[in-house]
Amino acid sequence: MDWSYVSDHWSQIMERAWQHTILAGVPLVLGLLIALPLGWLAARVRWLKPPLLGGSGLLYTIPSLALFVLMPVVLGTSIIARVNVIVAMTIYTLALLVRTVADALEAVPNAATQAATAMGYAPARRFLAVDLPLATPVIASGLRVAAVSNVSIVSVASLIGVSNLGIYLTSGYDRQYWTEIWVGLVSCILLAIVFDVIIQVVTRLLTPWQKACVA
Amino acid sequence: MIRFEQVTKSFPATGGRESMVAVDELSLEAPTGQITVLVGPSGCGKTTSLRMINRMIDPTSGRILIDDQDIASVNPARLRRGIGYVIQSAGLFPHRTVVDNVATVPMLLGTGRKKARDRAREVLELVGLPGDFAERYPSQLSGGQQQRVGVARALAADPPVMLMDEPFSAVDPIVREQLQDEFLRLQDELGKTIVFVTHDIDEAIKLGDQVAVMRVGGRLAQLAEPAYLLAHPIDDFVADFVGRDRGYRALGFSEAPNLPMSNEPSVPLGTTPEEARAATSDRWLLVVDEEVPQGWVEPARIEAPIEPSMLDRGGTVARVHGPLRASLDAALSSPSRRGVLVDDDGRLVGTVRAADVVQAIERVERPEIDPAEIAPTAAPVE
Repeated sequence: MDWSYVSDHWSQIMERAWQHTILAGVPLVLGLLIALPLGWLAARVRWLKPPLLGGSGLLYTIPSLALFVLMPVVLGTSIIARVNVIVAMTIYTLALLVRTVADALEAVPNAATQAATAMGYAPARRFLAVDLPLATPVIASGLRVAAVSNVSIVSVASLIGVSNLGIYLTSGYDRQYWTEIWVGLVSCILLAIVFDVIIQVVTRLLTPWQKACVA
Repeated sequence: MIRFEQVTKSFPATGGRESMVAVDELSLEAPTGQITVLVGPSGCGKTTSLRMINRMIDPTSGRILIDDQDIASVNPARLRRGIGYVIQSAGLFPHRTVVDNVATVPMLLGTGRKKARDRAREVLELVGLPGDFAERYPSQLSGGQQQRVGVARALAADPPVMLMDEPFSAVDPIVREQLQDEFLRLQDELGKTIVFVTHDIDEAIKLGDQVAVMRVGGRLAQLAEPAYLLAHPIDDFVADFVGRDRGYRALGFSEAPNLPMSNEPSVPLGTTPEEARAATSDRWLLVVDEEVPQGWVEPARIEAPIEPSMLDRGGTVARVHGPLRASLDAALSSPSRRGVLVDDDGRLVGTVRAADVVQAIERVERPEIDPAEIAPTAAPVE
């Protein structure tokens, strides 16, 4: 382990970590925003559930490298454009979250939603005021899985030349330079932990009643 | 007033289940300011009927009117904001504090947050949940407390109509009785138009100003005041459903007249055996504490000053002009066979014997049967 490599390349490591964060984080948010209405549909319209859950689950089986290479063809972008990776990662996020959102909404206690309707909530307002908050803990746990999965898959994008922490793995392997591989590995793990902690903290802030349940 | 006009609800056949008539040609009036109880075995359509009043379910045919307005013409969400709704498991929002749960409907109606919460605190006070409960979450409350919050939430916007679906069924019998008593006290104050669903005939008879007994298939079997229902069930089904001890239970509705009372000698706690033996020639002696009856002792058997642990507490205590059922029970349950009567503050007035109560009972008039109900009636003309 060559510590001077780390200090010499500190600003580069930070830059790639930031690129990695964008490539993993933006799709996480976009994927969640798209998964919410899709999951809601799956939970609400009975005949839509199998195609939505089956279809989105299938997306996850596409190898990431294939998806990265396919994107420029579909989107008409250049092969090394970051938008390829962002769209592909959004698809993976979606694949994980549609089912989670549907399950989370179905697990909301019936008594609470029925009471909300009986008290005069119109459907859209009820979804935002009652269903969604009560589904938050389950959605958040799905989001944690998706976040860690995104951080790990994004590094594959270095193979098509999109800059992120994965570059340290590919270049370290090419050069048989272990320090570089360690830098890539450890920084990816740290980034995944950061994502995880942020999601947990935000969830706790959004669901103060969860803590009260345990008390 | 809520009026059902030949309301029918049938559910179409789905996935192997046959189509089903849940409510069949129900016509019924729930008078303003009174409690109408729908009671019947499971599958009698009582909950379906209730849920048609706030359009959680729409009837297949027939109309429901609230104060002469057909509810089918009212926007469901707006209609529901004017109707309080309480369900069995309270159905509180687990993610909102008690005060925010109660403030829900006022806020839906456009009241500002602060004003709505102030109002919520008032209503919580009304149902017996003072200040410090307001900021808790529902999961931190007992079942009985949750149910009170459920009632408070339904009352918060002061709706003229309340629908209650087995609101007290999920709590233990002692808490249930408490909640029922408080509910009646509250209704005395508020005078809401209430439709109340239960499968428990005793609850129906205790709470209802009128009771609608429904039979499986969603048909109304009998609609009557509780005392009338006990005295004149219209057929075997209603008689069976109303159950045993009808004569005895009906006494719960008759206020005791002036019963022939005797003065009962009594001694306070702490009385010595000698004093106790001097106080009476009878086997049993009544013990009081500041005039409030505590129990009976046998002076011949005591060897130390009277303590609470020595008392026989088998006897119940009845108010002087309380229901005859309580007076009779006091006499029957007393070890001395003398029933203890007290005033409204619980202080001893005197004792009464079962035979005297029974004599009084025989003088009480039973509800007269409605001549229209005397069988056989002619078949209705189609």
